[in-house]
Amino acid sequence: MSNNHHAVAAEGGHDHGSLTTKLIWRVFWILLAVTIFEVAISFTGISKEVLMLTFIVLTIVKSYYIVGYFMHLKYEAVPFRWSILLPFILIVYLIFIALYEGSSLTMAPL
Amino acid sequence: MSSHAAANPSKVWGGGHSPFNLSWGKMFMWIFLVSDAFTFSSLLIAYGYMRHRFTSIWPIPGDVFTHFPFIHGHVPLAYVGLMTFILIMSSVTMVLAVFAGHNHNRKSVLMWLGLTIIGGFMFLGSQAWEWYHFIEGSEKGAFVLADGRFARTDDLEPGVLMFQDHSKVEGAEAQELMATAKKNIIGANLTENEYGNTPLFANFFFFITGFHGFHVFSGVVLNIIVFILVYQGFNERKKDYELVEKVGLYWHFVDLVWVFVFTFFYLV
Repeated sequence: MSNNHHAVAAEGGHDHGSLTTKLIWRVFWILLAVTIFEVAISFTGISKEVLMLTFIVLTIVKSYYIVGYFMHLKYEAVPFRWSILLPFILIVYLIFIALYEGSSLTMAPL
Repeated sequence: MSSHAAANPSKVWGGGHSPFNLSWGKMFMWIFLVSDAFTFSSLLIAYGYMRHRFTSIWPIPGDVFTHFPFIHGHVPLAYVGLMTFILIMSSVTMVLAVFAGHNHNRKSVLMWLGLTIIGGFMFLGSQAWEWYHFIEGSEKGAFVLADGRFARTDDLEPGVLMFQDHSKVEGAEAQELMATAKKNIIGANLTENEYGNTPLFANFFFFITGFHGFHVFSGVVLNIIVFILVYQGFNERKKDYELVEKVGLYWHFVDLVWVFVFTFFYLV
């Protein structure tokens, strides 16, 4: 069983040679720097809209590093990668619907 | 293909190149995590929906989460920043444990996994501390005034009432308003809280951070189980450390969810 697993790993380019401890720590420093930056700019006088957009973009940047490197998805087979990522279109759709319907909800009396 | 299968009976796959090239265990962990991500997304979208609906009375997180251990005064968001740091740090130690597992280095796996468990307990402790301060609230709490307006007090500025738009009333006028107030709310529970004139804020806080905290707790339990198995040499005998990878996936996911909770609950 285990021999078999290693055989599959060897032929499929599933080796972790691509992910080194050096790279792991670099990802850590990126995540830390982004978090400190986020907390720091939340106290500046930047307009709320710009702040929100920055936070959302930086959150997606952080999740790219966590999912891609820590969860190793960047190194998985391409069909698998898409099978995991594509369902999240439904979440994008839910956000769209919530915003679209939500604006009429806001106008309703309390 | 059949001759190949006869030579190697454990290999069931007969369709040529495996499209996913992933063990079923890891794949099902991923599928579970996708479904869990949908649950958390729905919770956070529901939060955003309600916050958008009640913008005028919704508390600003920077005014609510101001405590920091051993510091007298307001340090908004620093504590959640620290919690984020703890969780990211434990994610790094977990990825290093997985890395050590690939090299079949049992001692190194135990060290990094042990540090991950410590990080998990630190995070749970921090969350307990935060819940305690959220539930306990301030000394004087908030007031629902006679005219229905909602005003908070601040331990650092006694005798001052602050409204939702940060306008302040002090002195005799504030005393008068407090004396004639309809209700005094101290702390937070599921029906009312001193942070804003809506129970929804505390409800979402308890549910979202509680649901995430329960995930962290489950993760710590799973990590401890795997730690014991690795310690007993289970993976050494199997010559396979994939178990560490599977709990690793779960642990990173918990970290990922916190990144989103941090942004959408605390920062925005």
